[in-house]
Amino acid sequence: MMNLSRENWVSLLLLALLLALPYAAIKFGNPFYVTLATRMAILGLAAVGLNIALGLGGLVSFGHAAFFGIGGYVAGILASHAMSMQPLNFGLFTLPGSNQMPTIWLFAMLVGGLLAAAIGTISLRTSGVYFIMITLAFAQMTFYFAISWPAYGGEDGLSILMRNQFPGFNTMVPLNFFLICYGVLVAALILFALIKNSRFGAALQAARQNEVRVASVGIAPFRIRLVAFVLSGMIVALAGALYADLNRFVSPSMLSWHMSGEFIVLIILGGVGRLAGPVAGAMLFVMFEFLLGGLTERWQFFLGLVLLGVVLFARGGLVGLLAGRQRHG
Amino acid sequence: MQTALFIEQLLNGLQLGVMLFLMAAGLTLIFGVMGLINLAHGSLYMVGAFACATVAAYTGSFWLGLIASLAAAAAAGAIIEILVIRRLYERDHLDQVLATFALILVFSEGTRWLFGSFPLYLDIPPLLQGTVPLPGGSRYQLYRLAIIGVGVAVAVGLFLLITRTRLGMRIRAGESDREMIGALGVDIRTLYTIVFALGAALAGLAGAMVGALQSVQVGMGEPALILAFVVIVIGGIGSIRGALVGAVIVGVVDTMGRFLLPQIFGLFMNASQAGIVGGALASMLIYIVMAVVLAVRPQGLFPAAKG
Amino acid sequence: MKKFLAASVAALAISVAGVAAADPIKVGVITTLSGGGAGLGVDARDGFLLALKNAGDAAKDIEVVVEDDGQKPELAVQIADKMIQSDQVDILTGIIWSNLAMAVVPSAVAQDKFYLSVNAGPSPLAGSQCHANYFNVAYQNDNFHEAMGQYANETYKKTVIMAPNYPAGTDSLTGFKRYYKQELAGEIYTQVGQTDYAAEIAQIRASGADSLFIFLPGGMGISFMKQYAQSGVEIPVIGPGFSFSQDVLPAIGDAALGVKNSASWSQDVDNEASKKFVETFQAEYGRLPSIYAAQAYDTGSLIVSAAGKASVKDADAFRTALKAAEFESVRGKFSFNTNNHPIQDIYVREVIKDGDVLTNKIIATAFTDHGDAYAEQCALK
Repeated sequence: MMNLSRENWVSLLLLALLLALPYAAIKFGNPFYVTLATRMAILGLAAVGLNIALGLGGLVSFGHAAFFGIGGYVAGILASHAMSMQPLNFGLFTLPGSNQMPTIWLFAMLVGGLLAAAIGTISLRTSGVYFIMITLAFAQMTFYFAISWPAYGGEDGLSILMRNQFPGFNTMVPLNFFLICYGVLVAALILFALIKNSRFGAALQAARQNEVRVASVGIAPFRIRLVAFVLSGMIVALAGALYADLNRFVSPSMLSWHMSGEFIVLIILGGVGRLAGPVAGAMLFVMFEFLLGGLTERWQFFLGLVLLGVVLFARGGLVGLLAGRQRHG
Repeated sequence: MQTALFIEQLLNGLQLGVMLFLMAAGLTLIFGVMGLINLAHGSLYMVGAFACATVAAYTGSFWLGLIASLAAAAAAGAIIEILVIRRLYERDHLDQVLATFALILVFSEGTRWLFGSFPLYLDIPPLLQGTVPLPGGSRYQLYRLAIIGVGVAVAVGLFLLITRTRLGMRIRAGESDREMIGALGVDIRTLYTIVFALGAALAGLAGAMVGALQSVQVGMGEPALILAFVVIVIGGIGSIRGALVGAVIVGVVDTMGRFLLPQIFGLFMNASQAGIVGGALASMLIYIVMAVVLAVRPQGLFPAAKG
Repeated sequence: MKKFLAASVAALAISVAGVAAADPIKVGVITTLSGGGAGLGVDARDGFLLALKNAGDAAKDIEVVVEDDGQKPELAVQIADKMIQSDQVDILTGIIWSNLAMAVVPSAVAQDKFYLSVNAGPSPLAGSQCHANYFNVAYQNDNFHEAMGQYANETYKKTVIMAPNYPAGTDSLTGFKRYYKQELAGEIYTQVGQTDYAAEIAQIRASGADSLFIFLPGGMGISFMKQYAQSGVEIPVIGPGFSFSQDVLPAIGDAALGVKNSASWSQDVDNEASKKFVETFQAEYGRLPSIYAAQAYDTGSLIVSAAGKASVKDADAFRTALKAAEFESVRGKFSFNTNNHPIQDIYVREVIKDGDVLTNKIIATAFTDHGDAYAEQCALK
């Protein structure tokens, strides 16, 4: 397909490592690591989604938790209606609940995409710091909405009693669920690579580097960015739906601004704009949280120090460290 | 009685706005001069509150605590400027967001390390306890009036500082042309440290004053930070005047929304329902206002000279 | 965070006759040790460990793993998975918050583990989603609010009620109204995490009420009480014990004096177990225990009592031993209802100053042998 560069080798290696982790965990009798690996895959997926907006488009969104949470709530709400056998009532029409992952994913992406289109239409009129803050504010808005809307648990959140199903798999088996998430992650990475190398991707990256020049060749940066933002929101919403299934629980904390911050952290830890950067970042972050959290209650203090170190002194992130500097700006 | 209540709520909105102005002024000043977005501003607010509570508990004097809050927040600001922030001026916003996000983690967990997990106690000084009568027969808390007074004084002071002093002249020069003032022989590094410490001190002052009204605890700065963001986005980032106007808008809209929305919904649903729906809408109201302002004026109400 | 605390460290090397040589029990404590709500979790952990320490030899086979959930539901779920899959615990406990309990409890009991609640008691777990392996040693969430409703019903004529706009808040006001039948002067919902209450205080001042019921846990209650005391409004305040517990009283200061609040325990409860608990807690940690510590202490004592009677490997026998609740509760009387939630007395306390220290004193009993409103919806017998 393509000539394998050093970066692509690193990407393949990381993916192989992630795939090997749960099998090793089971072999060495520590099945909890399967859950950990699943978490890595899902957070990695969310970061791949954000990377389309942030890495390719240069759109520093501090509000992607909104899409993550919305995806989670779509999964939770559809599952709860499937459980209670009562259709959702939208006034004009009703919609039956569902406990089938493909259906849930479709709706999560649809709703996430619509929300991203609405937020993007207003936010993308601004740029730079305004964009960061306005996306943050919109995410806060959905956060407060979720907390105070009583129908689906509000602050208490919503439990999914049985993990949703996927045709041909028993999803309650941790390894099966991991494989599903891993499959989605790989699909998203392929999509990311395709976008990056497409004409659309080229225009998006060009708009990041020089808006005036793109506009002068007759491409409207706003529309390109909006499409990227919506795509990005859809993938993050999908990750949210999977995350809800992993925890069998969804709550407003998925919408909190700390979550948005964590997504950015994942990308930076791994390397901005890199194909496998988000995956590397997610693997590093989850391991870090788990290992350091096991050593000290003050782990966030040290996480902060490590992040500072990465931002100030190791700008390429983990992939940058392994694969060397990127060739283009 | 209804008019008196209305006046009282307006004052409450103004007081909240003034408090937000102290936060927002520092944020917007730092952005205007150095082009830096500082998420850790809320941590400096927390530092101010903790310093005030600790010194007040130790010495028994709120006023010493207030001085300590200014000093501690300014010192913390200067230290992080020299150690971390200084390296971020030439970086893009992404790096700034991340580095200052990391600082929040360090500050929050570090404060918990030093002070433990339980909230601290800080009371209003005896001089400012009690209430004063309002026209219409209601009463208003003296301390809240004092906060409004301090806020107005700070606003005037900042205005004078920026328009009338040498430091202000350099700040204005720094806003319009960074290389130029360097060429003119102004020590730009020191200038930046001073501006950052000034912004930090304002946040610390806000934290100390609010700390006497609320609980002094880790994480107290984050809600204030996000509101301050909304304020400067509405007002126009980099503009002190915009921060003042934006702060008053946010303060009044938020307070009035919490006060009036449940009553409005109460006209056509039962009190319990109205409270829930009105409350839910009130909690989103300022974000809706912000979206509307940005839809009309993407650079805020008072766009600064440069984005 | 990963503290393996073998309770046997404290035990003497003398084997006591009469104690069954039971299988070792592994208990996973998931609680909030970092973040804004850490105070409650720290008290719960300390109370729980103290119970095991005070039990001496009887607790020597109980091994405890403590982990911090940071008040995040997804982290709590992850820790529960880890404790069940890797540490292979038999019992989980420690969660403070209802939303975290809702995330962890259903799947934990579905995996045949026992869960003992030291604090949260969300209504679904007491009613439709109750489970034989889920025991609540604290209260059903509505209980303290009901008690205050009962008290207000007898004492006041026109109460204004206020709570944050989230499930625990609406449940609180529902619980209050279940027993309060007089006129309501207003029903105010505030934002979750709200820090400034000037607008609400103005409304309360204008409401013409003769009393004010509030449910504002954690920092919200501290902020409100300080602002309320300064506002010059003199309508008496009542509320559930959470906002006036030993962990927050120092931060509120004198503003809390005279507030009536409800709780199932207070440090002046007159029984031997409670006296021993307060004394040893102060000796061990140098502060007065809160209600969270008391509930967790009872949870620890309950596990010790059940372990003396049955092996945790025999789930049915152990369940029966838990349900018997034959332990010295610091609350005096304590038994389980059909839905495995407490039947207990609930007191009305008043905040007083004992020397320099703010604390609570019992002034009345709101309910005797009180259960909860959801037991009927529970299929357990």
